[in-house]
Amino acid sequence: MVEILVLAEHRGGQLRDITFEMLTKAINLSSKLGAEVISIVLGKDVKSFAPTLAEYSNRVLLVENPLFEHFNSDLYQEVLSRVIRELKPLLTLIGHTSYGIELAPRLAASLNIPLATDCIDITFENNSLIVTRQMYGGKVNVRAVVRRSESYMVTVRQGSFMVQKPSPPLGGRIEELSIPMERVVLRKRFIKYVPPPPGGVDITAADIIVSIGRGIKDKSNIPLVEDLAKSLGGVLACTRPIVDKGWLPSDRQVGISGKTVKPKLYLALGISGSFQHILGMRGSELVISVNKDPKAPIFGYSDYGVVEDLFKIIPVLKMKIDEVRARKE
Amino acid sequence: MDIIVCVKHVPETAEAEIRIDASGRDIEKQGLVFDINEWDEYAIEEAVRIKEKFGGTITVITVGPEDADSTLRKCLARGADRAIRVTDPKISGSDAYAIAKILYNVIKGMRFDLILTGVQASDDESALVGPVLAEMLGIPHATMIKRIEFRDGKAIVNRELEGGFEEVLEVDLPALFTIQTGINEPRYVSIMAIRRAMQKEIKVLSLMDLGLSEEDVSETGSWIRVKEMFTPPAEKKVEFISGSPNEVASRIVEILRRRGLI
Ligand SMILES: Cc1cc2nc3c(=O)[nH]c(=O)nc-3n(C[C@H](O)[C@H](O)[C@H](O)COP(=O)(O)OP(=O)(O)OC[C@H]3O[C@@H](n4cnc5c(N)ncnc54)[C@H](O)[C@@H]3O)c2cc1C
Ligand SMILES: Nc1ncnc2c1ncn2[C@@H]1O[C@H](COP(=O)(O)O)[C@@H](O)[C@H]1O
Repeated sequence: MVEILVLAEHRGGQLRDITFEMLTKAINLSSKLGAEVISIVLGKDVKSFAPTLAEYSNRVLLVENPLFEHFNSDLYQEVLSRVIRELKPLLTLIGHTSYGIELAPRLAASLNIPLATDCIDITFENNSLIVTRQMYGGKVNVRAVVRRSESYMVTVRQGSFMVQKPSPPLGGRIEELSIPMERVVLRKRFIKYVPPPPGGVDITAADIIVSIGRGIKDKSNIPLVEDLAKSLGGVLACTRPIVDKGWLPSDRQVGISGKTVKPKLYLALGISGSFQHILGMRGSELVISVNKDPKAPIFGYSDYGVVEDLFKIIPVLKMKIDEVRARKE
Repeated sequence: MDIIVCVKHVPETAEAEIRIDASGRDIEKQGLVFDINEWDEYAIEEAVRIKEKFGGTITVITVGPEDADSTLRKCLARGADRAIRVTDPKISGSDAYAIAKILYNVIKGMRFDLILTGVQASDDESALVGPVLAEMLGIPHATMIKRIEFRDGKAIVNRELEGGFEEVLEVDLPALFTIQTGINEPRYVSIMAIRRAMQKEIKVLSLMDLGLSEEDVSETGSWIRVKEMFTPPAEKKVEFISGSPNEVASRIVEILRRRGLI
């Protein structure tokens, strides 16, 4: 039997979206390959996940142990390397998340099976595994061939596959695996979680967001966009480099490691549109982008685009908005 | 504390107009400005800060062409003590996994307490060299690190999770950490410091020096091989607004008005 193994990811007692995105892709691949979809979930208390996972899998493997209360890639590696060695799945899918980035490369290297990271598509063609992934900050896509192997591993980019609940549900068999962990010596130990610092402004509640990226060039230009945001009755947000430089506080960051926003208007100024940023603003109703690079990836996620120096647009735009506002009053 | 930092010399592409080359498998590199990978700049800065606190040495290693010396010199100017470059025409076609193998062979005989890499290289965005290298060396690792401290001979690190959350881990030394942007504020390096670094020696190694053959690296020794490169399909159909800034602004105002946004 050909198998596709999917590592279910969960945090704070909830299965994360990436789990269902991967399972959807696995089901899709399995129908072409005649494969079985097997999900595996590790945790202190994971039985409650089983019914949901069973809807999307032919088999569900539960590995419960108090040691798995918090994610630790060393423990996951111990369990998964045993399971993969025994099962020899054709393909193992892991999320390209903060957990997957920590786990997958090392696991693949230890098993000596080839890994393709951060993939947005996966196909089998003539017995070869072909993946699609991005390079150069999302400016190009590549199709890459993975070295021939009996078993492959792929980490999947979040938000790449739209979740489709199989109907009827697959009704997978639920199995509990017991894997002895007594002998495992941990060289890396979880201490605690640190939540994001309480913020002053909640950008997720805003209808209008003016967002800036590295194109803003200098801290001294921030008042310019603050004024524009004010005129629009919106809030100012930004990409990660702006926070890294300390130009705006971290509660203003949009993206995978920041906030997810869904405003009525997202005005993107000098933002290239790397996927880590896109994941945080994709749900915006209207996206207008200004970027001097016509090939900036952000345009692929925008309703309207302006290829221009943002410093030429902002002052005029602010003036015109103020005019409209003044006329209304 | 003896620290090794792996750095990659990469083209700056965020603002450049990039074109796919004749092979259809890579971008046209000519005319692009190369510099240290953004993540590695934070890694070298972190190493220097640790050295300033605890003493020790910093060795920087790159696998790349002779041009990569400018990246190594920047690291020397920042405070690294030694620089090693692995250069060999046979390395061409190597993916991140093959690069990790090369770095392993450079490092395996060396003495160190800490290895720092970037989370990812801005060109291939694999995010795998660090953890694979740690596996080969048999040392613990942690990725996406935003803070490093030391207590009782162990490292206490903050790892970034999604949504602004972090987790704190205690890790035995020697260890490898992949450094995330924002962990520090990389210092400004003066032209004088770079000039002084020009005098420092850069040790150059070939595959043969490392006991590796072409099959170990290149496409044969890699996990993946690029078949074709293309422009990403757009998710939304964008309408470009052109004209003078005045015309563009009027059009945007019109769009916003129609939607009742102003
Ligand atoms: C694990 C991980 C998590 C991450 N999380 C996030 C996240 O949550 N949020 C996030 O944003 N990023 C995140 N990143 C970083 C991300 O990969 C990019 O580096 C970042 O989004 C780029 O920000 P930017 O668009 O501001 O800068 P750049 O990519 O440098 O783009 C700047 C843009 O400005 C344009 N420009 C320059 N000057 C002008 C001008 N005068 N007028 C008009 N346009 C101009 C340029 O053409 C370019 O397109 C993460 C990365 C990793 C690895
Ligand atoms: N050619 C290279 N030479 C030295 N270090 C590298 C090289 N390629 C990648 N690295 C290191 O590995 C990190 C992650 O790269 P990658 O796995 O390719 O995304 C980088 O930030 C560097 O620290």
